[in-house]
Amino acid sequence: MIELRGLRKVFGDTVALEEIDLSVPAGEIHGIVGRSGAGKSTLIRCLTGLDRPTSGTVAIDGTDLTQQTGSGLRRARRNIGMVFQHVNLLDSRTALDNVAHPLQIAGVGKAERHAKARELLEFVGLGDRVDNHPAQLSGGQRQRVGIARALAAEPKVLLCDEPTSALDASTTEQILGLIRSLRDRLGITVLIITHEMSVVREICDSVTLLADGRVAKTGKLAEVISEPGSTLAKDLVPLPPVGLGDGDTGIVEVALAGTTLPAVLRSAGTVGLDAEAILAGAVETVENRQVGRIRFSVASPAQARELVIAFASEGIHAEEVAAK
Amino acid sequence: MNDPMWFDNPAITDQMWPATIETLLMTVWSTGLAVLFGLPLGIWLFTTSKGGLSPHPIVYRVLSLIVDITRSIPFIILMIALIPFTRFMVGTALGWQATVVALTVGAIPFYARLVENALREVSDGKVEAALMMGASNGQVIRQVFIPEALPGLIGAATVTSVTLVSYTAMAGAVGGGGLGALAISYGYQRYQSDTMIACIIVLVVIVALIQFIGDRIARLVDHR
Repeated sequence: MIELRGLRKVFGDTVALEEIDLSVPAGEIHGIVGRSGAGKSTLIRCLTGLDRPTSGTVAIDGTDLTQQTGSGLRRARRNIGMVFQHVNLLDSRTALDNVAHPLQIAGVGKAERHAKARELLEFVGLGDRVDNHPAQLSGGQRQRVGIARALAAEPKVLLCDEPTSALDASTTEQILGLIRSLRDRLGITVLIITHEMSVVREICDSVTLLADGRVAKTGKLAEVISEPGSTLAKDLVPLPPVGLGDGDTGIVEVALAGTTLPAVLRSAGTVGLDAEAILAGAVETVENRQVGRIRFSVASPAQARELVIAFASEGIHAEEVAAK
Repeated sequence: MNDPMWFDNPAITDQMWPATIETLLMTVWSTGLAVLFGLPLGIWLFTTSKGGLSPHPIVYRVLSLIVDITRSIPFIILMIALIPFTRFMVGTALGWQATVVALTVGAIPFYARLVENALREVSDGKVEAALMMGASNGQVIRQVFIPEALPGLIGAATVTSVTLVSYTAMAGAVGGGGLGALAISYGYQRYQSDTMIACIIVLVVIVALIQFIGDRIARLVDHR
């Protein structure tokens, strides 16, 4: 549904994006993560045709946006629903007229677009707020209106640019739940740009990590998250910020990759570590697989290095972590 | 010095009311015409400016220059310089109808600049959202810029209108009619301080009324 091929974007001397290849099949929720400056914003501007890539193609449902101009581009954009971090509703319009706006632009009559907008507001749980102006709604309610508006023209693709970054934790849950139910009920393809790993863990089927304008990693969430030693996996399942002992002790970190927690604990017993040596751990179940990491504290860095080898002979990925 | 005073003074009892009506007519007509022509000019300035919908540096610089030149000419000089044009438009250079021509010419660039600034207040995000819905530039102007900036546009019209009231008084000095002419020919040239004071009071009331109505309407359309 979304196909990026050899995308490259240069601003003057700086290369913002380089060799971006990305393919998101229909009905999938794909997350794009990366630090600020990694190229996320540039990528979304190229995806929407607000910026033209220096080279490469951006195809949405088979239409190459880079080849479109004027009315062709405007028509192509109606296939894309866009959800913004700051929502960008019009203050002068009621919730109903905001949701109806894309249809008004497309030339749909008033009665028809209002009926559709009412239905969508009902769908996002704001059936009783149709006549409210954005200033009368909470942040979460405004984002719901924003999502309803993005769906009004029945797009095939929903682009979400940091949709929950301005919201609190429980509102974030609700908005993510809403996006998931859209995919389940409408079969819409979703691309979420975010810096919040929790968003990716929560709803994404697949994920791409951007770093310095390049694709550093891409794949199914369950595979990426359980890849031993990858930084993205560590970011996706973070350990609590404790567990580094003083300089004399050593630390061994074991990844739950392609294995299970009981198997790791059994191997730990085999190499001579008991449960009391556990410093910290994070374990989650993603698509019926246990993923995460466990840190053991040992007597010295030298012993830590020996244990890494011992774990390896048990078929388990472990690494030594430098103590501070 | 023994002229009749206040309500015995025919300059006040007979001429005050028609002069007030003339001042109001001048203000309303010139404000209306200034908005009619200044709004499109302001939109044109804004869309061609850097960061506008379709930036066009040359067009913007030319428009900007014309606006700035017109705005920098003192109104009383502009009015005299426009006399031939005024004769061509309304057939005479005297009376309130003639003054409206000069007032409008002076107020169009003033209002256009205020429009440009009011439109700049609309956030880029709202514009991008509309463009993402497939809106054309015309749709973005009509459906996003104007309604979102409406409180500011009304505020700008209020400021223009208040400025025009003071310009009408200046026009009185060169045969423009209205309260300015009354204040100058009776209050100043015939030393009738009662006429002068009465004119000032009415002008203050007119300005206060315009400000009140303008603020009221602006608040009515403001949903922020």
